[in-house]
Amino acid sequence: MSFDLVANVVVAGLFTGLVYGLMALGLSVIFGVVRVVNFAHGEMMTIAMYAVTVLFAAWKLDPFFAVLPAAAGFFVFGYLLQAGLINPFITRPEHSQFMLMVAVAIIMVNALLLAFGPDARNVQVDYQLESFEIGKILIDKARLYAALAAVGAAAALFAFFRFTLTGKAIRACADNYLGAKVVGLNVKRYYALTFGLGSACVAVAGCAMVLLVDVTPALGPYYTLLAFVIVIVGGLGSMTGALLGGVLIGVSEALAGLLIAPSAKSMFSFGLLIMVLLFRPQGLLGRKS
Amino acid sequence: MTRAGIGLAALSLLLLVFPAFAGPYALSVATLILFFAYTGQAWNVMMGFAGQLSLGHSLYVGVGAYAAGALFFHYGIGPWLGLWLAIVLCVAFGLAIGFLAFRFGISGVYFALLTIAFAEFTRIGFDHLDWLGGPGGMFLKVAQRDAWDLANFRGPPLMYYYAILLLTAAAFAGCWLLLRSKAGYYWQAIREDEQAAQALGVNTFRWKMLAVAISSAMTAVSGVFFAFYYNNLFPEQIFHISRSIEIILGPVIGGIGTLFGPILGAAVLTLLSDGITEALAALGWEIPGIKQVFYGVVLLLVVMFLPHGIWPAVSRKMGIGR
Amino acid sequence: MKRRQFNKAVAAAGVVSLANPFSIVRAQAQKLRVGVILPRSGVQGQIGQSCQMGAEIAPAVIKEMLGVDIEIMSADNESNVDTSRTRAERLIQEGAHVLVGAFDSGQTMSMAQVAEQRGIPHVVNIAAAPPLTEQGYKFVFRNFQTAPDIVREGLSLIGELFQATNTVPRSAVFMHVNDTFGQAMAKGIGGAMQRLTQLPFKIVDTISYDPAAKDLTVEVSKAKASNADFLLLVCRLNDAIILRREMVKQRWNPMGIVSPGSPGMYEEQFTKTLGKLADYCISNVPWYNANAPLTKVVEKAMAKRFPKEKLHFHGLNVGFTFEAILVAADAFKRARSTDPKTLADAIRQTNITSKMMLGGPIRFNAKGQVEGIGSACVQNLNQVPTVVLPASAAKAKPVFPMPGYKKA
Repeated sequence: MSFDLVANVVVAGLFTGLVYGLMALGLSVIFGVVRVVNFAHGEMMTIAMYAVTVLFAAWKLDPFFAVLPAAAGFFVFGYLLQAGLINPFITRPEHSQFMLMVAVAIIMVNALLLAFGPDARNVQVDYQLESFEIGKILIDKARLYAALAAVGAAAALFAFFRFTLTGKAIRACADNYLGAKVVGLNVKRYYALTFGLGSACVAVAGCAMVLLVDVTPALGPYYTLLAFVIVIVGGLGSMTGALLGGVLIGVSEALAGLLIAPSAKSMFSFGLLIMVLLFRPQGLLGRKS
Repeated sequence: MTRAGIGLAALSLLLLVFPAFAGPYALSVATLILFFAYTGQAWNVMMGFAGQLSLGHSLYVGVGAYAAGALFFHYGIGPWLGLWLAIVLCVAFGLAIGFLAFRFGISGVYFALLTIAFAEFTRIGFDHLDWLGGPGGMFLKVAQRDAWDLANFRGPPLMYYYAILLLTAAAFAGCWLLLRSKAGYYWQAIREDEQAAQALGVNTFRWKMLAVAISSAMTAVSGVFFAFYYNNLFPEQIFHISRSIEIILGPVIGGIGTLFGPILGAAVLTLLSDGITEALAALGWEIPGIKQVFYGVVLLLVVMFLPHGIWPAVSRKMGIGR
Repeated sequence: MKRRQFNKAVAAAGVVSLANPFSIVRAQAQKLRVGVILPRSGVQGQIGQSCQMGAEIAPAVIKEMLGVDIEIMSADNESNVDTSRTRAERLIQEGAHVLVGAFDSGQTMSMAQVAEQRGIPHVVNIAAAPPLTEQGYKFVFRNFQTAPDIVREGLSLIGELFQATNTVPRSAVFMHVNDTFGQAMAKGIGGAMQRLTQLPFKIVDTISYDPAAKDLTVEVSKAKASNADFLLLVCRLNDAIILRREMVKQRWNPMGIVSPGSPGMYEEQFTKTLGKLADYCISNVPWYNANAPLTKVVEKAMAKRFPKEKLHFHGLNVGFTFEAILVAADAFKRARSTDPKTLADAIRQTNITSKMMLGGPIRFNAKGQVEGIGSACVQNLNQVPTVVLPASAAKAKPVFPMPGYKKA
């Protein structure tokens, strides 16, 4: 096993991991604040990916230019979804919330299947098959750009939560529901805002992901699970944790694929999830509740 | 006799004589309904009775099926012995998961995710186990289909129908008894408020483990039935998360925690999906895949407007108790 | 019954049948109802729909060829094993006399069990898992290669390819999907490579990958690092596309990409998505004989019914589905009855020499399997899957190594 091989694989895993991290970030924000198990998270990202392919097919719109409209559109979608459908479920038992989102996920996946068929779709941008050469390491251009977009979006989100009033209000709702209400915050509205933000995050992740992966309806459930694994490994309520978790999963899957059997890659992630759940359930960077 | 008793007797009679006037197609659909009813009931013990959301129940179906299947495939050992191995293995798995989860204080969504992780881990694992056929699948030999060979569980579809009917009835009766027993009351206490129960001195750990053990044992039997009815096992299909979701759809729609819920739910779902296919065919709409969308919509509507499932609402209308 | 009564009865029956000439006419006007079960939605939807075209053109073509009437009863098994079983039950209940299907081995198996149990003949159009004809079934027949057949034919065609192009690759890296089909092929190849000592190459590394994988960076890195001369690939459509692109990204240009027998590279979506990159990929698969008269008839029927589709993209799916129905119709013609047992016996006696797919006549052995179905070496040239070997059926010469090959 040469160093070049390992290096190439790790670098690719790192970049893919950053995009995973952005996707998980959206879930972390939603799960951490609204405490709703969004089992349709991956499906939402899949819809975003399809939207980008449609925009590309119609107007040759590069996914990076699609980021703003996609994010805006999904923000609205997420907001409405939370305000309309999910809000009444916050006080209901967990399995109820869960089944609600499962139903939403089933509808989403199959509607996509109906609309687009089971075969893969993708965008074909010019730089997609090119790579940068740094010594012996080949860096896939599209992968690098996608990772940069992910980091950029994550930074924007961090800034929002750190420096804006709305961001602080949302953190307050997450930290202390009762306290926030006492202080006069309209918690339900902030929940909807948060869901919208999380969805926008997912949309940007989708724009980035579509450069790396061909989209099929079956991706939805796969990404949902992956997002949950990352959020739990990285730590609930920690945004850096989500990114870190994403990178960790990206790199470890790549290495596991290299050193063990490639077809057993996902087994490693699930094994990691089980370990974390048992020995450090708050995740790597999460706070012990 | 109470209303409920009469209703139950009537239903039982109907199910017993059903094959006499039903064609082979209706019989195969009925067998499928009963299979999901039974498996849903098994899941219901863990969720509805003890309040633990398991989203990886396909693990037990798969392990049970492969255990009995492997014994038959490699050594020619019949299902009655294979059954015991299946149950032992599944209970072991269940207890392991339960132990890990409860000792470490994992519950709710985390527990659900843990069960999913175990099922997925096992699915990929079995894909790499060549002795069990790997992704190529395990095909059980079918000796004959005409005579009722109970020892090897081989025979006409009628035999399978009565077998699963018997299983479902036994599960129903068993759960009825369980609910009335000490275990049932402890479970109710744990479900409503675990901390309060603990404060009262209830050993919640022990009773939760019991629920997990019973649930996994029952599901193991379902797996054995599956193996000998379908005769081909693929890890991708039997351990898949979509199977786990299929299993819980019945009880959720019918009514978690109720006795009759899983049966009603399974019936409604299967008949609905078949009905939709027929209706679409009759309308001439050949849109493959639209059935699943309807499925999702129905599930959504039930979850939104009938959160306790269909059965409680129906039974209230009919004036019956649980 | 006394002899006199018996004679009277026979006479009476004779009179009755004479008085009822319609009975004869009705026998001739009998239609064969063929139940076709395919995965027309779900994961394998695209392939099922492709096969369905073969079923839809069948009645008209067969009416002209054999003069018998057949009615196609279609059902979608949604790429699901359970649904396959219930659909089979349903079709039989609605009066199907024979079943055809289903492409995927698991789905085919479950409908075969129903067919066997109900004593309805089942002609398998496409499914490679060996157990299908190893169960001792009396009513299941397969007109398609088994995985070992595919491997044997595929590998021997590879040998022919090297001879035809005067190349001697010494090493190959074997990549395969880790699913039912891929695994069966891998096992077959492992065994066959040991026996076929005249092949000049050795397999230096075997890499299996998840068919649902979206990212094959690691797999391709590993393959490239093996420094093999060419890539031996057992794949499906979506992963084939991902692999090809990843190879370009990682700048890996082996002598060629050769499949000893799998779907993917000859399918329309492959060339549509990859454009020029799809060229020179080789698939050794059972294929249709472009020079056979029946092929021309089918091609015309397809052009009429599905003007937008080209036969060369659907050759395998349409061809075998059509042939399965042809087997049923041919048996019906000889048996002159729709009684299932009679039909099954007639199918057992099948001997069709004028067929569409490459290989020997359609004749079922004792297990219900057709032996001697041929494969062709199909290479994408100018984005059209073209037969390059065997020479007798070739439309062009094979290109190997592919242009752009860089010795590592």
